[in-house]
Amino acid sequence: MAEVLLKIDGIVKRFGGLVALNQVGLTINKGEIYGLIGPNGAGKTTLFNVLTGLYMPDEGSFTFDGTNLFRAQPHVVVGTGIARTFQNIRLFKEMTALENVMVGRHIRSKAGALGAVLRDKGTRAEEAAIRAKAQELLAYVGISDVADEFAKNLSYGHQRRLEIARALATEPKLLALDEPAAGMNPRETEELKALMEKIRASGITVLLIEHDVKLMMGLCDRIAVLDYGKKIAEGVPEVVRKDPKVIEAYLGVAHS
Amino acid sequence: MTVSVTTTPPANGKKVLGFLASAIILAILPFVVGNAFGNSWVRTLDFALLYVMLALGLNIVVGFAGLLDLGFIAFYAVGAYTFALLGSPHFGIHLPFYITLPLGALIAACFGLLLGTPVLKLKGDYLAIVTLGFGEIIRIFLNNLNAPYNLTNGPQGVNLIDPVSVGGFSLGKTHEFFGISFNSVYMYYYFFLALTVLVVIMAWRLQHSRIGRAWVAMREDDIAAAAMGINIRNIKLLAFALGALSGGVAGGLFASFQGFISPESFGLLESIMILAMVVLGGMGHIPGVILGAVVLTIAPEILRDVIGPLQMATFGKMIVDPENARMLLFGLALVVMMLVRPEGMWPSKRRKAEFDDAKKGH
Amino acid sequence: MDIFLQQILNGLVLGSIYALIALGYTMVYGIMGLINFAHGEVVMVGGMVTVTVVSALLGMGINLPALALILIGVMVAIPACMLLGFTIERVAYRPLRNAPRLAPLITAIGVSIVLQQLAILVWGRNYIPFPPILDHDVVEIFGASITKLQVSIVVLCFVIMTALLVVVEKTKLGRAMRATSQNPAVAGLMGVNVNTIISTTFVIGSALGAIAGLMVATNYEQVHYYMGFMIGLKAFTAAVLGGIGNLGGAVAGGILLGIIESLGAGYIGDLTGGFLGSHYQDIFAFMVLIAVLIFRPSGLMGEKMADRA
Repeated sequence: MAEVLLKIDGIVKRFGGLVALNQVGLTINKGEIYGLIGPNGAGKTTLFNVLTGLYMPDEGSFTFDGTNLFRAQPHVVVGTGIARTFQNIRLFKEMTALENVMVGRHIRSKAGALGAVLRDKGTRAEEAAIRAKAQELLAYVGISDVADEFAKNLSYGHQRRLEIARALATEPKLLALDEPAAGMNPRETEELKALMEKIRASGITVLLIEHDVKLMMGLCDRIAVLDYGKKIAEGVPEVVRKDPKVIEAYLGVAHS
Repeated sequence: MTVSVTTTPPANGKKVLGFLASAIILAILPFVVGNAFGNSWVRTLDFALLYVMLALGLNIVVGFAGLLDLGFIAFYAVGAYTFALLGSPHFGIHLPFYITLPLGALIAACFGLLLGTPVLKLKGDYLAIVTLGFGEIIRIFLNNLNAPYNLTNGPQGVNLIDPVSVGGFSLGKTHEFFGISFNSVYMYYYFFLALTVLVVIMAWRLQHSRIGRAWVAMREDDIAAAAMGINIRNIKLLAFALGALSGGVAGGLFASFQGFISPESFGLLESIMILAMVVLGGMGHIPGVILGAVVLTIAPEILRDVIGPLQMATFGKMIVDPENARMLLFGLALVVMMLVRPEGMWPSKRRKAEFDDAKKGH
Repeated sequence: MDIFLQQILNGLVLGSIYALIALGYTMVYGIMGLINFAHGEVVMVGGMVTVTVVSALLGMGINLPALALILIGVMVAIPACMLLGFTIERVAYRPLRNAPRLAPLITAIGVSIVLQQLAILVWGRNYIPFPPILDHDVVEIFGASITKLQVSIVVLCFVIMTALLVVVEKTKLGRAMRATSQNPAVAGLMGVNVNTIISTTFVIGSALGAIAGLMVATNYEQVHYYMGFMIGLKAFTAAVLGGIGNLGGAVAGGILLGIIESLGAGYIGDLTGGFLGSHYQDIFAFMVLIAVLIFRPSGLMGEKMADRA
């Protein structure tokens, strides 16, 4: 039996009267690529935001790597080892690519205001290490050549990669990617796929939201399907694909 | 192009030369100014340095962290009153400046946290209005805390505040070194200059540090910053506290230099003036902020000297009261500057990029 | 009990003036997301012009009834303020519509300073008393007293505010205003001339400001170049209190703030054992503001904004 990394149960998230997530539970195992799919408005991004601490769930339980993260602050979630990217890329636009990744090192470093002002030996060493690690990560995702460009001046594909590098800088155990292939051409998608395989091979578990069902079927070890804020299926791609509830949700039979 | 250079660049000949030149200029400046225009202008230089410190403090909050603070003068007031109450005949307490100055800064920083905590969730205009309200509350209290117990001496203010002195050596007196006589305004000039250099170094180092990066990240996108593991609450409070700290130091210096303070010196207009220094200079850019503070301290003084005589010469009588004309020009300068050059006189590359984007419509 | 009632009545008078000014803030904020810092100065100009006109008429020996004099005064003040509001928007705000938020806020402060200084140039630095034509007849209500003038202030405020609400809710202009405040880009696509709507909003707000200026002038029986600042700030607080952008909220917030202030000033001495006195009246507005923003950032009647991630 695989080792469980993340487990949520009975998660409920309401916005006013709207129930965006209704008793959602799922488990993600160590080392797998786990996919989350569903029609538009099914609650995928909402669940993502709950898992990364940006939304406070109303009910349920949430443990990650043995730590209770129910209603935890985002920086606590990141500290415990979950890092994310955003569907509509949220880089720090007026920072360089390198600086963006250096921000990602924030939680794994500790120089405070006093250290910054005194510039003692420890602080300088830490700063150098932050810089080195950031450069290493830019190379890892393959965008070293644009390290000193403002993030907003990067091409779309480079921005996606930069977001991944920034997330990796937090040393996550789980990397959560929100539609990383959106807007990419087939070649870029292939490269992205290779990058995700590489990340998984390095020991990081990957959680993925994606519209591209074909990509998901080929890449994910297990998939969960959300519809109307509820989980309607979970399992290996071959089984999920044939699940009548999933087909219904995607073809919209039940909704018409 | 490299925007942030964290490691100190290797000192080359040109840099050293430039550094030496500016050091010499700053060292002899009061003598040049004093001989040419009189000691009142050296006094203006002193104020310029005081405002540089104050503006750099506000720049931490507004420029680095992107938190719009319209009540910054409150911290200046707290520092000034702490210094004044513990070093004047008002209570008959005369603690030395090396106790009152840090104490004032510390209390100001506590007020920074006091203001920062409730407004953590507020942004932009709302934050501006609340901080403005906070500034007014402090001023109203200073104005009224003379009864039933006389803490602040009310609108009359506190008088005969001790000058900065160590042992018997007081900056309030004229001293002689190497046969040259240094008036009190000269003494304060060098004292303020030393502290200003210190504040500049501190601000620069903060900006180019892990903390400085976190501030920029928060300013640009607080949600993404939180999702990268930055504790938004702490980093915001730190900005408020550090900004207030420098405001408190400047306030203490102001009290000792001036020898007299009253609530009138700590009104909204002063807050706006300091914000204008930061914004017109170039928000977030230390050289720009320094320029802004110097220009906005010196220009009104020049106007004061020019407007009156100019009117007398042209019209043979005063048509517009110089104080009135000065403020009118200040208001117009704010408007025109924002319309023509909203990024400020000397913006950073980063900030310039933001405004260029805005001009394109996005 | 009569002291309590008296404070409520005082608060009501003060509050309806706040409400009228708050409408100017909230309309502009609703439509462009901008704190029009200069709105307080528009109120000041309204008061100044009215007083000047009334004094001039009296000076010319024209002895009309007080009401007629005031009416003529405000009829001059309203177009003057409308023109002023229009000009402010065109010169100081419109060119900055796409600029970062800080820029229009700074110009707004700049405009506010310029208007104050111009007022000093024209009217001087001293308080100008309202010409002695005001009626001081008092009405007694359950032991509390209120002047007829104050009664008319409250009544007039309510008439004007109701009229405004009708315009915004029921007319084509109002619909265009609401559409613009929801989404200017889409409103533009739907054929709404966004520039015209924004100008109109400023002009209407300024007209209300002019009337409010008259009311402040008659209520305190004096005018001063700085009178717009504090009252403007409090009116903005009222707008935030009610939920900025919400017209009904501005009215409710204004009246509530007026009453809180009056009660606060009346009872603060008792509450603090004599430590703090009624000269702390001005801090209530800010205390309320801070409290509201902490506990209910969207105001009492504002919609809860969903935090978008």
